[in-house]
Order: sequence, then structure tokens, then C-alpha cells
Amino acid sequence: MSANQADSSTFEQEIAQLIVEALNLDTPAESVAPEAPLFGEGLGLDSIDVLEISLVVSKRYGVQLRADNQDNTHIFTSLRTLAAHIAQHRSK
Amino acid sequence: MSLTLPLLPRADWHAPVARHGGKSITLAAFINDVNTLAAQLPENGHVINLCNDRYLFALGFFAATVRGTITLLPNAVSAEIYARLRAEFPQLLALTEAGCDAGGLPELRVSHGPDGGAIPPTMPQIPADRIVSRLFTSGSTGAPQPHDKTWGKLVANILAAAEAQWSWTQGPCSVLGTVPAQHMFGFESSVLLPLLGGGVLMPERPFFPADIAALLSVMPQPRALVTTPFHLRTLLESGVALPPVELIICATAPLSQELAVRAETSMNAVLAEIYGSTETGQIATRRTVMTNEWAGFKDISLTDREGRTWAQGGHIEQAVPLGDVIEHRPAGENGRERFVLHGRLSDMINIAGKRTSLAYLNGVLNSIEGVVDGAFVQPDEETPGAVARLSAYVVAPALKPADILNALRKRIDAVFIPRPLTFVTELPRNETGKLPQAALQALSRNASAGKSATHD
Repeated sequence: MSANQADSSTFEQEIAQLIVEALNLDTPAESVAPEAPLFGEGLGLDSIDVLEISLVVSKRYGVQLRADNQDNTHIFTSLRTLAAHIAQHRSK
Repeated sequence: MSLTLPLLPRADWHAPVARHGGKSITLAAFINDVNTLAAQLPENGHVINLCNDRYLFALGFFAATVRGTITLLPNAVSAEIYARLRAEFPQLLALTEAGCDAGGLPELRVSHGPDGGAIPPTMPQIPADRIVSRLFTSGSTGAPQPHDKTWGKLVANILAAAEAQWSWTQGPCSVLGTVPAQHMFGFESSVLLPLLGGGVLMPERPFFPADIAALLSVMPQPRALVTTPFHLRTLLESGVALPPVELIICATAPLSQELAVRAETSMNAVLAEIYGSTETGQIATRRTVMTNEWAGFKDISLTDREGRTWAQGGHIEQAVPLGDVIEHRPAGENGRERFVLHGRLSDMINIAGKRTSLAYLNGVLNSIEGVVDGAFVQPDEETPGAVARLSAYVVAPALKPADILNALRKRIDAVFIPRPLTFVTELPRNETGKLPQAALQALSRNASAGKSATHD
């Protein structure tokens, strides 16, 4: 594993922890598979959860998510895509 | 001859009534669009309107109204509900825009036609007793309960709402909604209120706080935002810069006074809450920063019988028992009802504005093959502006959590999916087979202390 991959894996864990805490999920953060779908049969999130996540993300990292961003559906595909988007756009 | 009412009580053909595709739509262009679509609709049929663009949704609804076609507005969309509607209405047609999933129903695409600036010959007139829409509630038995709305009552409802809402502003506003057009609150406040009430309909349904702020700042003034306590809380806490807004119309769950004060201060707005239901439409309003008392709309009366409070009169089609505990207060100077709400009746559930009953959810849970016993539990108490979730307890030795969750997802709305779902060896039923609320809550507290009861 390169240093870069190790960094993104640590950041994915940080985001997983943030999601689990924000949504009071039963799932331990370590068990959220980075590439599993966040919606439906994956983690089972819905649009209410997405807004809650967007709120903690804006507070912690200064990233305001936008739906008119073409990548929007892509961003919430999995923990990996969400973490990558935040890492790229964070201002704090 | 029966009484008729104009499709829109507006006369200036050149006045803007909506926006679409970044442009202003005049009354003339709107009525031309409505007439074009109405000519393509089956007479006396039924349509389901799936358009997300609020302008296209409005076109579909008003065209159906002109044609005498009833618009069905189901309380949720799922494969099961499509199948049920199709069985009942074999000729059912879906009104769609690009990207809609019509679930296999025959489709008719709704679009805004070329605007040649022609003035329509007349404003369509609609019989007041014509049934124009049928909304559904989940009912306690599981079968969706239909509620028909006639044109005359629907118009009366919206005009009463407009009278109340525009009293806070310098007159009719342009209206932006964060709620779907297909549910009663969004249907009334974000579609019918701007069009029938002399305002301007905004087509978008912004989701993230930054999207809402961006749209608000470019809307024609005066501006109104139609939203929910949950959307409002995330908007206020997001830290995005908010433009001034004349009016915020909020419904689906009671708003805390603290959140109302923050909303009014940060957007320099008046915040008016609406109380109503799918069955009754909007029946009362309050300015939350000033009072916790609701003021009833004109001619609405609330009476207690059989242990419930019933709403009737005015635009209400027939007397309806309300799902809330209501404390009556002395009527206002204008003779209108005044009251205070004290929470939902025990069996009633309202999560993020979606309503159902515990009896229904428990029925679904216990009908899953392999579930020996099961019960949903209401959240203890809600944090203002947050969405509290249900939890559930099941006895199902042969099943995994995913089996139950997947079975539930097919039948109930996502907001009611239990979080957490806890496996137990038995439920604390008493000798009569009932589940005392206290025993369930004790179970709930133990589970959240241990967190080990969930098996994989």
C-alpha cells in the first residue's frame, strides 16, 4: 500500500466514523465497506440522512454540497466516493 | 347548471405566473400549455403525475382538471403501489418528464410548448363539484385510503391559505418549495398557492442548503419559501449565507419556537406554520415566534366526540377525526377556532412529514415469513428540527436483519425503516397479549445500553 492509499484509507475511516455518529447507526465505523453502496441494501441511507451528512460535512470540512454539481449522484455512491469528494474540496 | 370556477382566478394574460427553464411564463403561455396537454388526455380517466419539475407537474394537474381526468397522488411510490393502482385503474396513464421511472405504466410526456405569445380565447371554467384529485393515506389496515378533492373545495382551501399567508407580506409572493409537489403540503403550498393565489411558481426542488440559498437569491421579490422543520434546521445550521425572504411557510411537524426565532432573524422573514393533513387540507396557521396557539381558517370548526377531535366545515369535504391531541382555546375576535397541539395520538406516527400508524407497521412486520413476533416502538422524544427514527423488536430465530429490512423496504416508506432493528428471544407481552408501552421502552433502553442484542 502506498502512502497515498494509506492516507485515503485513514480519511475514509474518519468519514465513516462521522456518518455513524451523525446518524446514530448501529454499525461500527470499521465495518462500513468503502465500496459498498450507501443507499438501499448497503448502509440503507435515505435522503434525510444525506442532508444530515451534508450538514456535518459543511461544519467539519467547510464543504457545501450542491445538487446541481454533475457529480452529485456519484458523490454519494459509496464511502470511498464521498471521502474523495470531501478530501478534494475541503477548506478546513 | 352547476356552479363553475375559473381555472385560475387571474385576468392579466401578460402577468408572470411561473418560471420554467430560466424564463418567465405568462398567464397566456401557461393556459396555452394547459390546453395543448388537455387535448391529449383521455376524458374521464385517471393519471398519476410523476413530474419532479414543479412547472410540469402543475401543467399536468391543471390540464387533467380541464379535461375531467382525476390526478392520483399516492402517499408513496413503490412497485406494490403501482401494481395496486394498475389493478384498480387499468387505463391509468403516467404524466412524466425525462428521467422519470413510470414503473411500466403507459406514459405521456409533459413539456412546455413554443410560446408564440397568443392570447387564449377564454379562461377554462371548471365545475365546482368536479373531482380533480385523489390523495391517499396509509390507513390503519394497510390498504391505502382514498381522499377525493373537488375543485370547489380545493380552490376554497387555497384561497383561505392565500388570505392568511399574504397577510404577512406585501401581497402574493414567488414561491420556492423544498417539498415534493405530490404530497398534500407541497401540492397546496408550492403548486396551488402561487398559481391560484396570484403569485409566481418556481419549478425547482432544491435539496442541499447551498442550492436553496442560490435559488432564493435569484427569485422574483417578494419571496416565500415552503419547507419543513428538518430542511429549515439544516439550512440554518449549514453556515451558507441566506438572502432575505419575506415569508417562510413551514409544515409537516411542529416547529420549535427557538428554530422559528432563528429562521425569522437570519432571513429577515415572517415564519408561518401550517397545520393540516391529507384528509382536511390546511386548516390553521400560527406565527410561531408570537404564539403557540393555532388560528383556524375561516369556517373551520373543531368538535370533540368519541374521544377524538373532528374537523369540519369550510373546505373540508367531510368531517375528519384528527390524529393529534387538541386543547381548545377561546375563539378569536373573528370567531375563528383557536387551539394548542399536544402531540400525536398514541397509535399515529409522523416521521419527516410521512404519516402512518403503529398498527399498520406492526401488521407488515408480523406478516413477514419467519417473523414469530415483532413490534415497532416510537422514538422517546424528538430533538427540534431533527428526524427521530422508529425502532423495532423482532423474534425471528431463522432470519437475518437484512432479510427483514429488505422485506420491509418493499412495503413501507424508507423513513419508517426501523433503526435499530433488534432481535430478542421474546417480547414483553402481558397476560392479555398486549405490549405495555413501559415494557417496550425498558427494552429499548436496555438495548441501547448493551448494543449487543443485534445479531448478524
